[in-house]
Amino acid sequence: MKKMLLASTAAALVATSALAGGHAKEVKLGILIGFTGPIESLTGPMAAGAELAMSEVTESGKLLDAAKVTPMRADTGCIDNGLSTSNGERLIADGAHGIIGGDCSGVTGAILQNVAIPNGMVMISPSATSPGLSTVEDNDLFFRTAPSDAREGQVMAEILQERGVKSIALTYTNNDYGKGLADAIESNFKEIGGEVTIVAAHEDGKADYSAEMGALASAGGDLLVVAGYLDQGGLGIINAALDTGAFDTFGLPGGMIGDSLPTNVGDALNGSYGQIAGSGGEGIEKLTAMAGDAFDATSPYTPESYDAAALFMLAMQAADSTDPAEYGKHILDVANAPGEKIYPGELGKALDIIRGGGDVDYVGASAVELIGPGESAGTYRMIEVQDGKNATIGFK
Amino acid sequence: MMDLLNAIVALSNFVIIPAMAYGSQLALGALGVTLIYGILRFSNFAHGDTMAFGAMVTVLVTWLFQSWGVSLGPLPTALLALPFGILGCMALVLTTDRVVYRFYRAQKAKPVIFVIVSLGVTFVLNGLVRFIIGPDDQRFLDGERFIISARTFREMTGLREGLAFKTTQGITILTAVIVVALLFWFLNRTRTGKSMRAYSDNEDLALLSGINPERVVMITWLIVAGLATIAGVLYGLDKSFKPFTYFQLLLPIFASAIVGGLGNPLGAIAGGFVIAFSEVTVTYAWKKVVTYVVPESMAPDTLVQLLSTDYKLAVSFVILLIVLLVKPTGLFSGKAV
Repeated sequence: MKKMLLASTAAALVATSALAGGHAKEVKLGILIGFTGPIESLTGPMAAGAELAMSEVTESGKLLDAAKVTPMRADTGCIDNGLSTSNGERLIADGAHGIIGGDCSGVTGAILQNVAIPNGMVMISPSATSPGLSTVEDNDLFFRTAPSDAREGQVMAEILQERGVKSIALTYTNNDYGKGLADAIESNFKEIGGEVTIVAAHEDGKADYSAEMGALASAGGDLLVVAGYLDQGGLGIINAALDTGAFDTFGLPGGMIGDSLPTNVGDALNGSYGQIAGSGGEGIEKLTAMAGDAFDATSPYTPESYDAAALFMLAMQAADSTDPAEYGKHILDVANAPGEKIYPGELGKALDIIRGGGDVDYVGASAVELIGPGESAGTYRMIEVQDGKNATIGFK
Repeated sequence: MMDLLNAIVALSNFVIIPAMAYGSQLALGALGVTLIYGILRFSNFAHGDTMAFGAMVTVLVTWLFQSWGVSLGPLPTALLALPFGILGCMALVLTTDRVVYRFYRAQKAKPVIFVIVSLGVTFVLNGLVRFIIGPDDQRFLDGERFIISARTFREMTGLREGLAFKTTQGITILTAVIVVALLFWFLNRTRTGKSMRAYSDNEDLALLSGINPERVVMITWLIVAGLATIAGVLYGLDKSFKPFTYFQLLLPIFASAIVGGLGNPLGAIAGGFVIAFSEVTVTYAWKKVVTYVVPESMAPDTLVQLLSTDYKLAVSFVILLIVLLVKPTGLFSGKAV
């Protein structure tokens, strides 16, 4: 089926190119993510999502002069800087016009510094969330459809404010993720006038958390925000807090959201709340329908991958060029308002609008809204623990 | 006056009671380590995982009882399952002794070889426990959770500070006292206990006096299995059962045994409490307590914290270093390490 599709698109391509007088081109997009390594279970659907957008555009025949979009997969190993860099170089040598990737934050930085910047190549990462990537010097070549953890701090601060929380005690798991997230929560919450009574690290997998709890309780606060892992020290901290009666409500960032936490803690967790990256609504429903049984469109960062590929192609149309130096400037334009809202499955329509000189506001599967240095504003699912279960109470 | 009471209650709630319970758990663990060191003459790194194994058997039997609807009312069902856990753990340590340690004992291997061998046993047990029950947190606590909860205490006394005393903390402290008393009675009053101490003091002399070494070794392992299981279950009840944390527990347990003096049971108990209290008190933020005690105008803005909690592990190891430098045999004159 796939072959036949390819054959027929190739045939169509030949036909149209004949009509268009040889203007038709091939657009190559590299998919540079960790097909092996720690997140290999996620990358299959991610690549499938990106390729779905490409085949959609190829079939529409509306990109540039009915260009055919070809995916080129390459591996980062998620944590292997050497592999990622050499594969990035290879993609460029093979004539990629844009790179979807990298996936994990560390290798993404390495590819950006060693491959993208020296070659002037545009990258859109669907999954790198480190706040460090927001401030990195990227010559406007780096974008991401995934939100930064710094954004989660902002969202959490807003949620706390809306609930009338005046002061928080904050504890984080002692690693880059926990520290980055805690910093973001602290600075954002202080900015909107909240008080952070203490910021204390906790180690995962320790025997006893009485000491941490003593310090946290002494500092006090309306609630305790636990920026940790739900099956690690985060659970120990919450149990210690409930046992001593120090806190009875908890703020739970993404790492603490999961079914096992309410199960392990019990009824006492009811009323605690938090947020996790994820979107709901029209976009994701359409993508799920399009994906059918071929892959799981709700798998983490799969909607973001579809959107990354779509942004490349829309920007190329807007610039009427496949040159990264040209189309890179248009990525923010097509991603953000003003313009007509574009959902998955409507890429052909979007290309028509752009060709006609109109404006599009790409929404896509993950409610894309690029802010700051070109990263997703990020939609978060707001969670509240009710009757021993994580209930979604809205999106932000 | 009320403020002073509040200060005392806050201190008890966050320092004294948790440290007492944690100290009891460490003391029971350190007793096992110290007995092995005193009688079999090596540092048993597998002790943490022996605790995990005994606790695991107890957890499984507890689940069986719970499915039958058997319970102890307000007390956790695990207490009923504890003897089965001890039996399972005894079977395990006797098997490892028969299969592994006896070979090296017959060769009169050096203690350092025993230590490495016990490390190997650690990894095997590590895998075995994960294979049977999995690496995740397991809940097996039932019955009444609190003897007195913070909220009830506040309502009863009208104080601002709550005092929580968990059932598991009560059981831990009580059990530790009973077990320690039994152990000392056994070591000092019974014939078998005396022969164990004789074997510990001088192996050759003990042999000449007609003490059967294999019997002493077996009884030591049986007692250690009992102590390890009790410590493991109490810890699991009070915190949670997760195989990995038992491995982590090994460090503070060894610190306790060494601070108290390796090979000296009394020292193990003292060491457990020294380590537990130092972990909790040195990093405690005194703001709350101080605010109650001093006049309002002098109330501190800062946390009044000597060291951040990041350093709590460092605290126990600094104490360990000082003890080893000043008194290498430990506080209660055990054997030199």
